[in-house]
Amino acid sequence: MSDRSNSKPETGAFFARDRAWHPPAFSPGYKTSVLRSPQRALLSLDGTISEITGPVFGHSILNELDNDLIHNFARAGESAIGERIIVHGRVLDERGRPVPGVLLEFWQANAGGRYRHKKETYLAAIDPNFGGCGRAITDDEGRYAFRTIRPGAYPWPNGVNDWRPAHIHFSVFGHGFAQRLITQMYFEGDPMIWKCPIVGTIPDKQAVEQLIAPLDWGNTIPMDARAYKFDIVLRGRRSTLFENRLEGN
Amino acid sequence: MVQELGYLKETPSQTAGPYVHIGLTPNYSEIVGVYEADLGSTMVNDKTLGERITITGRVIDGAGAPVRDAVLEIWQADSAGLYNSPSELRGTADPNFAGWGRCPTNSADGVFRFETIKPGRAPFKDGRKMAPHITFWIVARGINIGLHTRMYFPEETAANAEDPLLARIEHKDRVATMIGVKEGSIYTFDVHLQGDKETVFLDI
Repeated sequence: MSDRSNSKPETGAFFARDRAWHPPAFSPGYKTSVLRSPQRALLSLDGTISEITGPVFGHSILNELDNDLIHNFARAGESAIGERIIVHGRVLDERGRPVPGVLLEFWQANAGGRYRHKKETYLAAIDPNFGGCGRAITDDEGRYAFRTIRPGAYPWPNGVNDWRPAHIHFSVFGHGFAQRLITQMYFEGDPMIWKCPIVGTIPDKQAVEQLIAPLDWGNTIPMDARAYKFDIVLRGRRSTLFENRLEGN
Repeated sequence: MVQELGYLKETPSQTAGPYVHIGLTPNYSEIVGVYEADLGSTMVNDKTLGERITITGRVIDGAGAPVRDAVLEIWQADSAGLYNSPSELRGTADPNFAGWGRCPTNSADGVFRFETIKPGRAPFKDGRKMAPHITFWIVARGINIGLHTRMYFPEETAANAEDPLLARIEHKDRVATMIGVKEGSIYTFDVHLQGDKETVFLDI
């Protein structure tokens, strides 16, 4: 946090969420949402200290291979099978400011579309050298990066013949618990994106496009791995210049 | 033309899906050896200040069935009402209490369980005290955007009666959906996603 060490932490409440940009809770094309969506209106309230604060994790929680899914579950000297890629990007807030020091967690299927999970029954093979989880903490400029195998598409019991596009799940913390976000990253050019009922829960095409990572040829490492760029935007927060201080009164 | 505000749009949410455990609780999901322990699995140690409590419960869907593939996170103040966060400017929170925990609902019976401490009171924006509460965040297959709610404490009758958030609930019969059921040091907090007993969820 070198360039910000003299500035006070931001404590303003967050911009209201644009819930027309996010998917609605009830989206019957994604069948499981039917019984898992609240029917009553949400209770809206400007953020209190319980939401504008949030947990912050130090780099000490990270192991050396946490951001290397090709190797963090592999046997010594071996590596996961599939297309080697680097995924990198920045975490910004809605004001365009980098969000440093925040934890990102990723999970995904292997190259054949098979998850390492006891509830998963897809007949594609498990890769003995691929676990499918990783994590990273953003640097002072909000940057993160990890390397992995490009995941495969996989079928799921929704419609008779529904398949998920290749995707990587992201869990992101911000500086306040109200910024907590889970989303999915898709890959540029995948024709499956526009057929997917889960993607289709998002009403706005531009919002969907915000989840599609472009191929980043410039950062591709020759003879090693291609790169994809995926920037993540968290809620911005107001200045507290003209607001009651929380510690006041 | 007026000036452009230049704000970015928030990245849209997507469901955590049925295999969320791979990423958030890999050891629970039998992916052992990548992380030493699942993050958020232990909230207290021997030195943590405050009254030890257990919070347990289930997440129930609109057909009355427990959701057995959810992950819950809680965020709360320490026993003095301070949050362990850089955005906490009122003082320094108990260093032996992170204030954050994470727990999957059990794949067999759908039960979650947190071992934590009872939080102190923290101020609302205008300085009034909020009643002791724990913030919950729930994700699962079928939930397109994480659900926020709070658990309040049934023995805090007076504090709950003056709580600014509970006061905002228009239909008073719904206040009870945000209050745990106490039995000794164990609080049961069932979250109902839908239907007659639907929990009050927050846009906050």
